[in-house]
Amino acid sequence: MTSLEDKFEESKKLGLQIVRESEEDRLMTLSVGPQHPGSGHFRFTVKVDGDYIVYCDPDPGYVHRGEEKMCEYRNVIQNIPHLERPVIHDSSNITYSYSLAIEELAGIEVPRRGQYIRALASELNRQVYTLYWLAIYGIFLGHSTMFMWPTGDRELFIDLLEVLTGARVTHAFNIPGGVRNDIPDGFKERCLRQMRYFQKRLKEYEDIFYNMPLFRQRTEGVAVLSKEDAIKLGVAGSVVRASGVPYDIRKAEPYDIYNEIDFKVQYMKTGDCFARSYVPFLDMQESCHIIEQLLDKMPQSGEVRAKLQPNPKGPPGETYRRVESGRGALGYYIVSDGTPKPQHACTALPASRPKARRHAGSVLVAQLLASGG
Amino acid sequence: MSANNDEPKKMAASSQKSTENPPTPDKLPVPAAPKPAAGAPPPKKEPEAPPFEKGLVEEIKKKFGESIKVIFVKPLRIKIQVEPRDIVEVATFLRDSMGFDHAESAGGTDYPKENQIEVIYHLGSYTREDLGAHILSLTARTSRDDARLPTLINVYKSVEYHERETFEMLGVYFEGHPRNERFLLPEDWADIPPLRKDFRIKGR
Amino acid sequence: MKRELVSPTTFNVMVSKLSDILVKALDAPLGYAINWGRIWSLWPVHLETACCSVEFGAASGPRYDVERFGIIEAFGSLRQCDLIVVQGTVTRKMAPRLRMVYDQMPEPKYVIAMGACAITGGLYIDSYNVLPGVDGIVPVDVYVPGCPPRPETLIQGTMLLQEKIKRSKIK
Repeated sequence: MTSLEDKFEESKKLGLQIVRESEEDRLMTLSVGPQHPGSGHFRFTVKVDGDYIVYCDPDPGYVHRGEEKMCEYRNVIQNIPHLERPVIHDSSNITYSYSLAIEELAGIEVPRRGQYIRALASELNRQVYTLYWLAIYGIFLGHSTMFMWPTGDRELFIDLLEVLTGARVTHAFNIPGGVRNDIPDGFKERCLRQMRYFQKRLKEYEDIFYNMPLFRQRTEGVAVLSKEDAIKLGVAGSVVRASGVPYDIRKAEPYDIYNEIDFKVQYMKTGDCFARSYVPFLDMQESCHIIEQLLDKMPQSGEVRAKLQPNPKGPPGETYRRVESGRGALGYYIVSDGTPKPQHACTALPASRPKARRHAGSVLVAQLLASGG
Repeated sequence: MSANNDEPKKMAASSQKSTENPPTPDKLPVPAAPKPAAGAPPPKKEPEAPPFEKGLVEEIKKKFGESIKVIFVKPLRIKIQVEPRDIVEVATFLRDSMGFDHAESAGGTDYPKENQIEVIYHLGSYTREDLGAHILSLTARTSRDDARLPTLINVYKSVEYHERETFEMLGVYFEGHPRNERFLLPEDWADIPPLRKDFRIKGR
Repeated sequence: MKRELVSPTTFNVMVSKLSDILVKALDAPLGYAINWGRIWSLWPVHLETACCSVEFGAASGPRYDVERFGIIEAFGSLRQCDLIVVQGTVTRKMAPRLRMVYDQMPEPKYVIAMGACAITGGLYIDSYNVLPGVDGIVPVDVYVPGCPPRPETLIQGTMLLQEKIKRSKIK
């Protein structure tokens, strides 16, 4: 490198004293703290060199509420409202995974209609989650229409879920053994009408956001996560599908009735920021088809819940079940010692934080939110 | 896959270990059927360890022999237990030769009665099609009083934060991990690690 | 005679009496005007603590448009904001940061505790890492119950805060 070294030597010859600028001095350490629009409740310590981020160290853990410990003091059904809260937007999926694990431990068979309704709630929730994510993504990139449109459309889905489960966000709908109640009359027509409307709407989203030249310039080719890196880092969900690995738990390890539903796994090969933001969009389109099929194939009548004893418990053992939630693989590892309270219930989420560390040097906010937050 | 429908029955039967069928020399120890107690429901049929999973376990056993203990072999789920000093070698073998290329998550469970902490890594595979649905649980047990384990961060990069969390929550020190620091608990935490069973929540 | 009228002491007395009259005349309307300005432009700090932030985001959406009340989701610095909505659970790790954020805001500032977790610890009351209520750290003006509260409840909470501000006197 000619510049610094040579100049330093020259200056010594001239008798001048130039204080050598060390590499460390150029960097400034910033704390993108827990109160920041771009980070939610996550803290990053970044070192910046001018405008470029050189080093990034994530520091999560500001919302650690001690759920794993609290699960041990509550019996299996009482745990459901607790375990919804870690991913509040996607509450039906996280309780789905928990219910599957408890059913496996205790040997409970879920009736078919209950399985269909569970899958329906899960798919609707996936749409809700992806729309919320899209809304936050849009507003932080500065596209406020992309905040208003998904939030408004999300309200329509939340209406559907409210009619189905009784609550807007915190459903507590899936319990080990099935779902709490049956779908009301007129739900099927309303839902199908909503799907027709939403599919037209998705085309509009594509026009206004994904085909926007400025968005493309900011995200295409940025923060490429290669296929090998994605596999090594163990990322899951739409991020690994955006890097070229067509892995979806609903296809790889179908749970409940997903082996009877026909859908494609959406993935892209580029692995850049644009791919990570486009794959959830494709997932949403696919989800619409899945919901239509579910409503079509649902058995017309039947029980929705297996009869449970007051304090359900199973033989000692352990299980690990996972579902594909809006964020990716979401699993539960439950150890039971034969009492109604689980001995250890551990939510298993594949890591996204090492990935954030590796990609310092790019637009932090855009790529972070594209990876699902 | 129809395996899911059979899982509850197999699970209920295989969780009770009994010594009714002594293992034959050339087969793996198959989880045996429960002893029919007087007045109990009719005995369920003896669960076969599924052949594909058995094949996987046999491959591992061929390389490592007796230092691996197989806890259970169920459809799509295998659990093996190794000694703490062997865990890096076994994990490298699993990653390179068997195709379990990433760790889904890692955690620990406290067993105060046996005075041990079990650290468990759930391994999955993205690259091998036939292993896509399988999860192999790799576990190691250490004593509660001086819990140390070698870290798997050089084998599976994704366990970095999971191991930190296990250090914080259970008190297991991972040798070789660059940052054994707390990040979930507040900085002035002065109590024992919370997920241990002798840590009682106030009022319960 | 004129000299006596406009001597320093009487001048002081006249000026102070004039200012008394001015204050009495203008206090109420000026106070009302200042309060009116404050009520209709409450800018919240973007402090999403936990799950209630979903409903806060929904409240800013087109259906429960909270911007008609002046509550813009201000993405500027927190030196320009005057409202903290503590959305959700405050853990022991987050608590000093919450206090720091509160201290950095300029006066006048108001606090809304949103959600059961911010009021009393809510669902997590026996957790080892959750504060039982946030009013031990920051002085709360309005409590909005719910888990999470519906956006309409949040809007009712802000209207209560507006009533409270209207009643406050400007010094």
